[in-house]
Amino acid sequence: MIETIRAAFVIGRRDFTAIIFSKAFFFFLLGPMFPLLIGGAAGLLGGQVAKDIDRPVIGVAMSVEDSRQLLAARATLAEQIGERRLPELKQLDQSSATIPPETLLKDQKNGLAAVLGGTLDQPVLTGTQGPIENYRGEIAMLSAFAQNAEATKLPPVETRLVESSAGNEKQQRLVTAQGAQVLLFMLTMLLAGMVLSNLVEEKANKIIEILAAAVPMDAVFLGKLFAMLAMAFVGITVWSSVGFGLAALSGPALPSLPTPAVGWPLFVLLGVVYFTMAYLILGSLFLGIGAMAATVREVQTLSMPVTMAQLINFFLAMYTVTKMGEPIELFACLFPFTSPFAMIARAAQDGALWPHLLAVVWQAVFVVIILRIGVYLFRRNVMKSGSAGRIKDSGGKKLFGLVKLPG
Amino acid sequence: MHAIEARGLVKQFDGFRAVDGIDLNVPEGSIYGILGPNGAGKTTTIRMLLGIIDPDAGTRTLLGSDRPLSQSKLVGYLPEERGLYQSMRAVDTIAFMGALRGLPLKDGERLGRQLMEEAGLGYAADRQIRQLSKGMAQTVQLLGTIVHEPRLIVLDEPFSGLDALNQAKLERMIRAQAERGVTVIFSTHVIAHAERLCERIAIIAKGKVSFDGLVSTARDRLRPQVHLETETLDGPWRKALPDTVRQEGSWWHFTLPDSGVEPLLTALVEGKAGIKSLSIERPGLHDAFVAIAGEDAAAEMDAPTAEELL
Repeated sequence: MIETIRAAFVIGRRDFTAIIFSKAFFFFLLGPMFPLLIGGAAGLLGGQVAKDIDRPVIGVAMSVEDSRQLLAARATLAEQIGERRLPELKQLDQSSATIPPETLLKDQKNGLAAVLGGTLDQPVLTGTQGPIENYRGEIAMLSAFAQNAEATKLPPVETRLVESSAGNEKQQRLVTAQGAQVLLFMLTMLLAGMVLSNLVEEKANKIIEILAAAVPMDAVFLGKLFAMLAMAFVGITVWSSVGFGLAALSGPALPSLPTPAVGWPLFVLLGVVYFTMAYLILGSLFLGIGAMAATVREVQTLSMPVTMAQLINFFLAMYTVTKMGEPIELFACLFPFTSPFAMIARAAQDGALWPHLLAVVWQAVFVVIILRIGVYLFRRNVMKSGSAGRIKDSGGKKLFGLVKLPG
Repeated sequence: MHAIEARGLVKQFDGFRAVDGIDLNVPEGSIYGILGPNGAGKTTTIRMLLGIIDPDAGTRTLLGSDRPLSQSKLVGYLPEERGLYQSMRAVDTIAFMGALRGLPLKDGERLGRQLMEEAGLGYAADRQIRQLSKGMAQTVQLLGTIVHEPRLIVLDEPFSGLDALNQAKLERMIRAQAERGVTVIFSTHVIAHAERLCERIAIIAKGKVSFDGLVSTARDRLRPQVHLETETLDGPWRKALPDTVRQEGSWWHFTLPDSGVEPLLTALVEGKAGIKSLSIERPGLHDAFVAIAGEDAAAEMDAPTAEELL
């Protein structure tokens, strides 16, 4: 065991330094900038487009007096509850009262979404399904206020701000839980996927033969996995330093996340632990899958179903955030590929610590199992290893070197 | 004491029996050659002996252990298909290969520089592998194989791809290691290398060991050949020649009779053959190989590979 760890360290050290001191690593560090830039640009563009899009206009084809009262009521209410909460109204010519609303709606020049006719007592809203559904309530309210102008003078509401409320806390922690899950998933997906192609260089350069002759294959897998994990931490450290720097610059403009149930220091620590476990679980799986591939092309072909499988895991974990204590949430906590995501969400919502200890041990066991299965399959299918060779069978046959088989 | 013992090793690939019940005994401190044509099963046998793969059947011990990888610190291995990290410096490559087998990295780097100086490559120690010529890279890999001072060195087709100068260097290195008491095993399809270097050989053909023992024993399987030129073409001396004698003019070629040289010489002299020339040639390893493995295997043996022709 000690020898395996020593050999894994030698291999991990080589891989780590080879990656860190490569030019490609600089571009890797810049990687998250691109989605952020694209996301930011898309957000700005979307906001601008939303602003530019005209709001639906409802044409008012009532009598002059009713129209005047209706528009006055809208103006008064808009000051108190907000302009965008009320539909846009446009008073139509008196001549339009004789024109059927359907004709008015068809006229491109008017550009109306609906036509309001009738009287304040009995308003008639003509339009397509959407505007009618959206604005019938507001039109009724405006008509009522237009008939009784005094009623639009709403009493001022005194506000008293408190730090938190019991009813709101649960909802807020959900936000923290979901935020942590998304962050954990993004980092894992970004970083663990790289492990897929990790053995290709060794196989392409025939170095695998030298490694396999010198150290157990477990050490090769373990070394590579931890080298990539170390590289991931370097990346995360750089990114979070930049992130904190930007946050410090923008100061109070950034929204503050609600405090998780276990408190921020422990939550951050658990975040690191669960990222490590998520990375090791998925990484050991990817390493095993990638080891089966003979070429970079095969690795690329494999990466699509692997990414899809990752997404399914993530959606399952996301779904269970609001199902604390229910069987589906417990399943997500137990299933190794969703466990880290489900458990970080749990840390945000539940203060108990012992489940985390159990979960980490459980996840670590799965890392070992997945890694050993990967090694077993690699030796069997890629290296074409047999199962004999020993003079004495001291320990009996073991499945993947772990579980003793009967007989 | 044997450095390696193998009993009944079997390995199949997709139904093809690449190694078919091989037995081997490699004494400690010897230079041991594994001879066989391409595809005979040499590399697969070596990979099983070193624990890179396990056999489908049979057992093997390496330096006394049936778990070869547990002895890896005492073993140096140069695979047939050479492979190095292209972006790694030469000296780091040697240190890394040593570190894989338990040598501390700092010691590996120091010894690596020393070995490169001794090999005349000191100037290239800090160059990346991709900046070296093929021969230099092969030398670096070879130095990485011995940097940790192993007790057993296994070289799979080590002469393949080397020019004559580097082949001679490699032969010197193998002898130097053997003089230090290191067991050296190498596979080759060139009989001349084995003949010059080995005390013991195994001849492998079609996945089976046809011979395992001393080179002299292999040669002794064949009787010495006599090449005689006489002044007379007939006389009582002709009775001293065996029935299988082959005549080419005044030349006579035949296998030395079991009775030895002296009765033959006496018969020739007393029978007034008029000896113009007489040579007794001890069979070479090539002849022994032909006798043991057959003409077909021998024809494949010394034929240079496409790589060696370049």
